[in-house]
Amino acid sequence: MTARDATRELKFRDPARARALSDALAREVAAIGRTVSVMHVCGSHEQAIARFGLRAVLPRGLELIMGPGCPVCVTDGPEVDEAVALALAGARVCTYGDMLRLPGTRRSLADAQADGAKVDVVYSVAQAVEIARANPSEQVVFLASGFETTAVATAAVALADPPANLSILSVHKYVPAAMEVVAESPETNIEGYVAAGHAATITGWGIFEPFAARTRCPVVVAGFEPLDILAAILKLAELVRAGRAEVFNAYPRCVTRDGNVPAQRTLWKVFEVSDGVWRGISTVPRGNLVLRPEFAHLDARRRFRIDVTAVRDADAAAEAKGCICGAIMLGLAKPTGCELYGTRCVPESPVGACMVSSEGTCRIWHTYGGVPDLRSAG
Amino acid sequence: MCLGVPGQVVAIDGLRATVDFFGVKKELRLDIVDEPVQVGDYVLNHVGFAIRRIPPEEVAETLALFDQILDVSGARDDLMAADVRGEIAAGAEKKP
Repeated sequence: MTARDATRELKFRDPARARALSDALAREVAAIGRTVSVMHVCGSHEQAIARFGLRAVLPRGLELIMGPGCPVCVTDGPEVDEAVALALAGARVCTYGDMLRLPGTRRSLADAQADGAKVDVVYSVAQAVEIARANPSEQVVFLASGFETTAVATAAVALADPPANLSILSVHKYVPAAMEVVAESPETNIEGYVAAGHAATITGWGIFEPFAARTRCPVVVAGFEPLDILAAILKLAELVRAGRAEVFNAYPRCVTRDGNVPAQRTLWKVFEVSDGVWRGISTVPRGNLVLRPEFAHLDARRRFRIDVTAVRDADAAAEAKGCICGAIMLGLAKPTGCELYGTRCVPESPVGACMVSSEGTCRIWHTYGGVPDLRSAG
Repeated sequence: MCLGVPGQVVAIDGLRATVDFFGVKKELRLDIVDEPVQVGDYVLNHVGFAIRRIPPEEVAETLALFDQILDVSGARDDLMAADVRGEIAAGAEKKP
């Protein structure tokens, strides 16, 4: 361990500090005097929470729930169908890795690939540009998934004179819109939200102020160290107890009020919000990011007549029989409450979207030991 | 994927930067970075794009978080480490 690490260990992973935070949180929740549910909306947060067993040190009266924080999971079946249809019609489809096995209404891109369609996994939209340049005689379609943070990169490519044989099939989603759906759902009872630190690097924490005011729920922006997360939850409990629907930035070393303004300009120059269906959840007003009309020449939906007849099952339910991914993403159920979890639905052969992606709740719980919430084990 | 990964800029050519990620050199794009970047600076990379210049006083803490994520001694199939390695792979191969 380097000296730098040693300093850091003391500051951010000090067990005594973790205990102090945990004790303060217990006192705060006891003072509230009822069970409080708070939600985070980030796969990386859930990974850190599960990896470090953070739920084991939370008081019993506090429920920490992952909401719709996995962009792959909320990509809808009919959106996958469009990519599958384009691939089977001869286009070369490039996309991020977890999208490959995500089920459409009948088939996934991996199925199409097995049937001989050209599907490339990329880590960056810039790699899709390289593939298009290297294969000028082919139509290359980038299936663009991810939340607003990732959409910024797609937008940058759209503005940088991409090759004529590249088009974009946007399934980008806008997280603040889904938080509103959760907050307004009569079934959920979330009293505060933890916002993802690095996404807020782009948007800034100010973006959550109208949300907090409208929903009367506090929002705390959190980093990814175990103690960052605990400190953020403690702050959230304090705000809930005080009845203050404010936004608090608990990650000032990375997040500012205004965020990355040039990146936001890039995003909104290329994309606009549109109502869209999120898998398993519902129509999310203003929840999808679609290309503006000025970028019609890049928009796969406008450029090609996408015939999904052969790959779409119009009667398919949004979820396989028994799958409760939608309820899990809304915070109404836990993976352990699903009869398929860990039996018929496992990372090697996922049934539901939340088991497909490394950012899905089920995949994360399964990887880090099944029941990271040790309190429920007694 | 929303973690990103930090690296140090070792060369700049217009809107492209060569960045060292824990010993792996990759090319990143600078189209959407929040501030002007110079050689020696640290940036946060998401899907092949620098999205933030990391202020010098925050570099050590940021690197320590990723040292800890990438140190998966004994843990196979760690999702956080895999996501961070994916972010490193998002940089383009440095052209000779």
